Amino acid sequence: MLRLPKFQYLTPQNINDACKILADQGPAAMIVAGGTDIYPKMKRRQFLPKTLIGLRKIDDLDRISGSAKSGLTLGASATLTEVSSHSVVQESYAGLAKAAGAVSTPILRNMGTIGGNLCLDTRCNYYDQTHHWRQAIGWCMKAPSGKGWPVLQDSKLNQSGVPCRVAPGSSRCWAVSSTDSAPMLIALGAKLKLIGSKGERVISVKDLYNDDGMFYLSKAHDEILTEIQLPPSDGIKSTYWKLRRRESFDFPVLGVAVALKQAKDGTVEHAKVVLGGIGSCPFEMAEAQNILTGKRLTENQIEAASQSVFNPARPLDNTDFHLFYRKRMAPVYLKRALTELATMGSNV
Amino acid sequence: MFYTGAVGTAKTKGGLLESQKTLITLQINGERYEVAVTVNKTLLEILREDLDLTGTKHGCEVGECGTCTVLINDQPILSCLTLGVEIQGQKITTIEGLEQNGKLHPIQQAFIELQAAQCGYCTPGMLLSSKALLDENKNPSQDEIKEALSGNLCRCTGYWKIIEAVELTASRLGASKE
Repeated sequence: MLRLPKFQYLTPQNINDACKILADQGPAAMIVAGGTDIYPKMKRRQFLPKTLIGLRKIDDLDRISGSAKSGLTLGASATLTEVSSHSVVQESYAGLAKAAGAVSTPILRNMGTIGGNLCLDTRCNYYDQTHHWRQAIGWCMKAPSGKGWPVLQDSKLNQSGVPCRVAPGSSRCWAVSSTDSAPMLIALGAKLKLIGSKGERVISVKDLYNDDGMFYLSKAHDEILTEIQLPPSDGIKSTYWKLRRRESFDFPVLGVAVALKQAKDGTVEHAKVVLGGIGSCPFEMAEAQNILTGKRLTENQIEAASQSVFNPARPLDNTDFHLFYRKRMAPVYLKRALTELATMGSNV
Repeated sequence: MFYTGAVGTAKTKGGLLESQKTLITLQINGERYEVAVTVNKTLLEILREDLDLTGTKHGCEVGECGTCTVLINDQPILSCLTLGVEIQGQKITTIEGLEQNGKLHPIQQAFIELQAAQCGYCTPGMLLSSKALLDENKNPSQDEIKEALSGNLCRCTGYWKIIEAVELTASRLGASKE
């Protein structure tokens, strides 16, 4: 039986206390909200925190407030079910309802939180395995020993000498960003609030991520993501298309998030195309955005924009499906997403 | 600062150390259970090993199969990924709680009549996910049933009988109300 390792469990009543514990204990302490990412990883000994800080006792961290007109604020520990079934999200941020509603299974969405999905650990075929399996291949760069991740975060991790098993000559880890909500929130231009022991700051969702499989979050260890701020919906249409083997359970091996604003005559005034599941962070597709902006969503425009993501989409062979198939599916899924938006009435 | 259910606070400044047991109170199927557990024990382990409620099944243990599903405040969650200390004071329903006064829940009756259980290992999770759906949606479409059960794997692959059993239950519950 896979049992959880030993740890100390703390339940602070407010965010500042939680930040203080993180600052005091350093990488040996980790936070847990829904537990759907951290507990399996602790059972597989990828994470071995000495202290777990439960966020469930903190009031208002799961509150959803605001409106489509003023902008919606999502508490970081609102569950994915709460986000995807929220009436304002469904009506005015349809892409987010789709993305949050496409994470794993309904049961896991009842547990997993939107903040947890944004901070989801990067994934890889060589990393998301049991302790025995990883030991048998001689570990990998992201988890270069059996001691677990947070304990090692302090030391010079990527100088451990253990190669990346996907790209053995590489000096970095290529684990894949597998969050569904991040590409969509980036496309929607959302911001998020981080509270740390030294104060709070608001950054764009895009700035939360580094293009690195190991150090994939830019936030400091003692900073906690507390809320996600969606801008006023302002007539923006959005959608999210997710590629995976099964239509339930599976993480994305490609996620296509699109948000568009069209003028009354159908001209695209503003376009955001963000791909997830193809690298260590979500990627904005600048060329596709340029092609779309200032034109109408005709069949030719959709085709041109779709084809333009073939080159920048560079998945590696470290998740499900053949990597060339995933690369070829990027234009196909963008085309489907754009076609959906072209035929959809404005949802102001 | 306050920590849940701390015992032996002197040594750990209020935190719960794994080696120490803490007394927790769980509300399961309308009954109150007090049990001494270490903090790293999941609800699944507590149910099966400490309380002998072995109807909740133990499958993948990492959230990929759904057989350990229980209801917390009437919502399906996975007991393999929930700590006992996290859910004190909340209403927990396991498969043992579906039967009331010796009478099977209509969804259990329908599963029997349509032979919706083959090996039976996924059945407790399927029944609880179905119950949660029917409590919320009296007349679910087939797509809604599939969606609600999409977190429960049946490796005998007898999904159709299960879906039909949920439809039969919905029609019976609807008829009894009218």
